[in-house]
Amino acid sequence: MASLELGTVVSDPSTIDHPFESDAPANRPRHRIRWGRGAILILAAAYFVVPFYAAMVFSLQKPTGGFSLQPLTQIASAAGFVSALWLSTQLALITMVVVMLLMVPTVIYVHLRMPRFRRVMEVITILPIIIPPIAYSVGVLESAPSWLKASPYLLAIVYVILAMPFVYRSLDSGLGALDLKTLVEASRSLGSGWIATIMRVLVPNLRAALMSASVLTIALVFGEFTIANVDNWTTIPVWVYLAPTDNPRINTLVAMLALLGTIVVLTLIVSLDRSQTRNSRRSS
Amino acid sequence: MTILSDLDAPSSPEAVSLSGKSGSGSVGALVRKLRTGAPVLPFLAYVILVLGVPTVVIINYAFRSDSGHFTWQNLHTIVAGAVVGGVHQTQYRTGFENSLKLALVTSIVPAILGTFIAYAISTSEHGPFKRITAATSGVLAQFGGVNLAFMFIASFGATGIATRWLSDLGMNPWNHGFSLYKFWGVAFVYMYFQVPLMVLIITPAFAGLRPAWREAAENLGASRWFYWRRVGLPVLTPAILGSTFLLFGSGFSAYATAEAQTGGTIAITPIQIGAILQGNVIAGENNIAYALAFAMIVILLITVIGYVLLRRRTSRWLR
Repeated sequence: MASLELGTVVSDPSTIDHPFESDAPANRPRHRIRWGRGAILILAAAYFVVPFYAAMVFSLQKPTGGFSLQPLTQIASAAGFVSALWLSTQLALITMVVVMLLMVPTVIYVHLRMPRFRRVMEVITILPIIIPPIAYSVGVLESAPSWLKASPYLLAIVYVILAMPFVYRSLDSGLGALDLKTLVEASRSLGSGWIATIMRVLVPNLRAALMSASVLTIALVFGEFTIANVDNWTTIPVWVYLAPTDNPRINTLVAMLALLGTIVVLTLIVSLDRSQTRNSRRSS
Repeated sequence: MTILSDLDAPSSPEAVSLSGKSGSGSVGALVRKLRTGAPVLPFLAYVILVLGVPTVVIINYAFRSDSGHFTWQNLHTIVAGAVVGGVHQTQYRTGFENSLKLALVTSIVPAILGTFIAYAISTSEHGPFKRITAATSGVLAQFGGVNLAFMFIASFGATGIATRWLSDLGMNPWNHGFSLYKFWGVAFVYMYFQVPLMVLIITPAFAGLRPAWREAAENLGASRWFYWRRVGLPVLTPAILGSTFLLFGSGFSAYATAEAQTGGTIAITPIQIGAILQGNVIAGENNIAYALAFAMIVILLITVIGYVLLRRRTSRWLR
């Protein structure tokens, strides 16, 4: 019916002054915006994909032309890589555990009982984004006790601070989407304690937020250079910068794989989580 | 209000405040407030120990001479320069000027681009696309540093792959004044984490624009452009400005990217701090690094205050 009437409506000049009565004028600007949006996204995608793609080509290209996956196998045997990977992995795990233990109960509590404190937390957790890492690293080394300075785990303690902005923001938005009060009251009135409430009611509900916070924390630990370098520990980024390989392709490849790995894992987590929520909604 | 909060302080979250502005007076209320606040103490203690103490140490050293006495000399050297070997040198002031310029460029341009991209993403109805872009901007926002520098050297370096492609098309950027090792090269690379950071922090603001406002505007005959000019943008402006402050701070303090990319040759303040710390010290200037760090922290505090104030304006509308 609409398509039949459309022709008559457009040909009638009296209705053109009333855009909301006819389909055509309302549709036209929307189409134009779509074009603009497409152009913006294509340009942005080019800026973000081209350097990545070119760097991948650089690291996998054979000097004689053509491609080879051989650099992939050379990574593991490169001097110092395995120990750097092991150190970064340990640091990532410790950082993740500490930051979660510190932030999850705090943010839940603040949401429940001290909503006004959220503003304070937001300001505190913005500081690590802007504090100059080079200055901060010196301050940390000057103020840390010497037994801690001798340990690589000092880095994990510091990375907890650096991870706070992203962890806080994902937890905050995750909690904002829940009916927290009802969940907690239901759980408490059924007789569970606080720890059980957090572990068995809230954490499962916050799965997506916790997962993305963890991945971002891992990405942070695998990318942080300044503090690790000043503190003289060879983590993956320090290795990429200083590794005594005779082949810069391998260093570049490691850098690219760190990036690609994180993006893929995070996208998978976000998608998996979405399909799960969809399934649970369908079944209920 | 006062009576209410005194009576219900433990049970009503709305009435509890750490600042103690409402319902103070009796000792009992104070004790109750402290008890309410106790569970956040581990968090606060951690932040004070690991973030606060190092900052205080930096500030303290900024005002010490090599022999440990209080002095203004370090800050004076930064601002006015110093005579070294008969030559008046003002490299630290130049460093600050470069850093401020770099931070300005890499906050304003990514703020505009990031806003457009966030708009494009938030109005998209394609689910997987939204998820991938959200995940990607989260990761890219902290993909600064050495990895990023290596990627750009391999792609847009003097002999990089992308440079070769462009050169095949007859537009080698290095022949037209572009260099990864100079100011605009560094700015070009900073976009790679600044734009995603903008997308990340501005997207929630777009989500806060209520569809009802657009419908109301459309029903009153507003075009899309008119809606954005008169409703959308004014509501978003504080959020956009606040995020720009944040980007400014992030671009101002970044170190690893520029260090790895230029080999420490670009004269910006973080690099100068790093150079002093690695032992390139002129006698009597041991604590210049701390004074530089202190000056950076002062500037960054101003940007945080700007962010917080604008943030407060934002939340009035977008909630």
